[in-house]
Amino acid sequence: MIPEIGHFALIIALCLALILALVPAWGAWRGNSVAMALAPGLAVGLLVFVGISFSCLSSAFLQDDFSVKLVASHSNSLLPSVYKFAAVWGNHEGSLLLWALILSLWTAAVALFSSQLPLLVLSRVLSVMGAVALGFLSFSLITSNPFTRLLPAAPADGSDLNPLLQDPGLIIHPPLLYMGYVGFSVAFAFAIAALLGGRLDASWARWSRPWTNIAWAFLTLGIMLGSWWAYYELGWGGWWFWDPVENASFMPWLAGTALIHSLAATEKRGLFKSWTVLLAIFTFSLSLLGTFLVRSGVLTSVHAFATDPARGMFILVFLAVVVGGSLTLYAFRAPAVSSRVSFGWVSRESLLLCNNVVFLVATLTVLFGTLFPLIVDALGLGKVSVGPPYFNAVFVPLMALLVPLMGLGPVSRWKRDAVERWRGELAIPAVVAVLCGITLPLLHAPYNIWVALAVLLSSWLVLGLARDLWQRLRSASSPGQGLARLTPGYCGMLIAHLGFAACVVGIVATSQYSVEHDLKMSPGDSRALAGYEFHFVEVVQVRGPNFVADEARFEVTRDGVLVASLSPQKRRYSASGSVMTEAAIDPDLFRDLYVAMGEPVGSSGAWAIRLHFKPLVRWMWLGAILMALGAFTAALDKRYRRHREAVHSSSEAVLRGT
Amino acid sequence: MGPRLKLFLPLILFALLAITLFRGLGLDPNELPSALIDRPLPAFTLPALGQTQMLSAADLTGQPALLNVWATWCVSCRVEHPYLKQLAQQGIPIFGLNYKDDDSAAQRWLEELGDPYRFNIADREGTLGLDMGVYGAPETYLLDARGVVRYRHVGVVDEKVWQMFLEPLYLELSKGNGVP
Repeated sequence: MIPEIGHFALIIALCLALILALVPAWGAWRGNSVAMALAPGLAVGLLVFVGISFSCLSSAFLQDDFSVKLVASHSNSLLPSVYKFAAVWGNHEGSLLLWALILSLWTAAVALFSSQLPLLVLSRVLSVMGAVALGFLSFSLITSNPFTRLLPAAPADGSDLNPLLQDPGLIIHPPLLYMGYVGFSVAFAFAIAALLGGRLDASWARWSRPWTNIAWAFLTLGIMLGSWWAYYELGWGGWWFWDPVENASFMPWLAGTALIHSLAATEKRGLFKSWTVLLAIFTFSLSLLGTFLVRSGVLTSVHAFATDPARGMFILVFLAVVVGGSLTLYAFRAPAVSSRVSFGWVSRESLLLCNNVVFLVATLTVLFGTLFPLIVDALGLGKVSVGPPYFNAVFVPLMALLVPLMGLGPVSRWKRDAVERWRGELAIPAVVAVLCGITLPLLHAPYNIWVALAVLLSSWLVLGLARDLWQRLRSASSPGQGLARLTPGYCGMLIAHLGFAACVVGIVATSQYSVEHDLKMSPGDSRALAGYEFHFVEVVQVRGPNFVADEARFEVTRDGVLVASLSPQKRRYSASGSVMTEAAIDPDLFRDLYVAMGEPVGSSGAWAIRLHFKPLVRWMWLGAILMALGAFTAALDKRYRRHREAVHSSSEAVLRGT
Repeated sequence: MGPRLKLFLPLILFALLAITLFRGLGLDPNELPSALIDRPLPAFTLPALGQTQMLSAADLTGQPALLNVWATWCVSCRVEHPYLKQLAQQGIPIFGLNYKDDDSAAQRWLEELGDPYRFNIADREGTLGLDMGVYGAPETYLLDARGVVRYRHVGVVDEKVWQMFLEPLYLELSKGNGVP
């Protein structure tokens, strides 16, 4: 009965989405304020019914209702409860429902937290989001109904969740990622609403900014978690593979980064209006494209869901309607005349422009690399795959170009700045950065030129920020007052840029300094790696809730002192019979020690063992967390709320006047 | 280009992309063409796994059959193994090509997990695999009664793959006594 309620709630949600997509938009067009005023209520109703539907599916999973096909093929009675819940989105149908739930969450959030927005704008924004929800809900109901029953032949037990997905990281990775992906629909909806209204002004950018920041922060966290999960769960110590699905999440991130910076220029200076609107459309389109790539089976990937050409066709049509429709609207409605606001070549505007160019080139590079195999195949030229060398060859120079400019950004002024002033401000940071770049890599022998370059660039970035912060504090009467005067927007920028610097150092250091050994080891053996001694003590059999495992016991010592006890496992899951490697990691701010078991070798009890030494690998993820934190902080800026009130009263006057 | 026309550029680019994606829907990235299709297996003389007897291409003829490339180091092989056993129980002849593997490990695997194979060719050095253009384990070839390769599947054979690609061709080959 519960699955049927869920199915029914989903159908009601679809109807609400249809009304939301049509009625308020019609109201905005005809100036009917009654129709427009329906939007917030409909948005909340949408959330309630999608929420009911999602709860019903979750309860089917938690209660082991194997008569539901989805539960039977993705869960098992022995599965721990928390994974039964995570199994809800560990499959195509359920994750699509999660997507719809998060979309309705964002829609309701816009409805609830934008009471200060002019009704005309709010109703358009919510209508656009309703239309997107309509697309996803009908996709779910028509091609991927999660509530399909297996009656009367319900199996006694389920065939278990893919063991790769039975992991704490994977419980929250998809929801965070979707919060990001779907969150960009808000920026998209604001852009479309602005195009429909024909008023692309600073207030539009101001309304979009906090939403875009929050979506971007979630996406950052989601990508970070995915990378961390791959690192410890896949068992080969890699943290980024340029896999098509990773790229699918990385492209909206890159475009979103450009969007955040472009929105800043649009809000503060009224610049790049058409460009920013296009970026907002582009970013959300990339989220949709990611969905298409993951669920249509056009590309091979370790992440891909079970695929179905009918689903691929549906998303492609949806993609064509949403993206094609919005780009057509853009072509007709975007201001064709460039803004009359002028700025000098040496100014914050041109630095933001550089940021946009770098991130756009990066996005297009990843897009091209991801789609290249498909393009070649579609043209009938054979099968190719594009590997990490291509992406690295493009990314390294792009980032090396970006960071020097990033150091200038915070110090620079709007409109017109002078190179002489930059020189005065940044001479000391530049010298110190060079010194850091030369000396810090000496801590780790042998000297590595790439790490030196990364340290040089990152310290340039950090010192530039420090210099700017110091200037601001010094100009205040007391440091305390200076701190109080810093806006959340500024602090957010500071934190996020700091995170980026940490990320750069982490990525380069771990790529350059990592040592890994693939060895054949028997219990009793010892191996030295990067100054650590790894003793293989024994192998024992352990039993988990739904698996049995061989567990190796390792003791790691440095200069005779015990540093860590590590117990990697080789698990065999009972229901599916699949075998998983569970790596054991000793984490540290400056280095990770990583042991993973391969296969048993011969019959003497020897195993193929993989030992890793990974310096500064945590910096990468800590950097990503800082970036997300920065974006959240910036979204808190009071300015967004205050201005909304001011706009509210003026537009009320306009409405009353009409 | 006029200023208004320039704004159509994103739309045009997207249209091109959509066409590519549409073409892509009809293609299967797992389907790798094989130079061997409609040609006999390359000649080989290799030992049978766990036996002293030597095998050659002639041992695989007589009826349409599957030739499954597998190894103990291959995780996906473990995933497809139960389904192969099911196929073997239905009477589908399956030959194994144990690819770049350790004989004793392979025998232990078969003892532990069950043995769906009529026999296994022990290709320790991967020479036959190289001649066949094996891309990676698991791969499955459909041979007709004369030992001619009729279809190649890269990746795990499961119910869907079997029903969509292999079974129709297998039934067709069996009807004509394996010779078209």
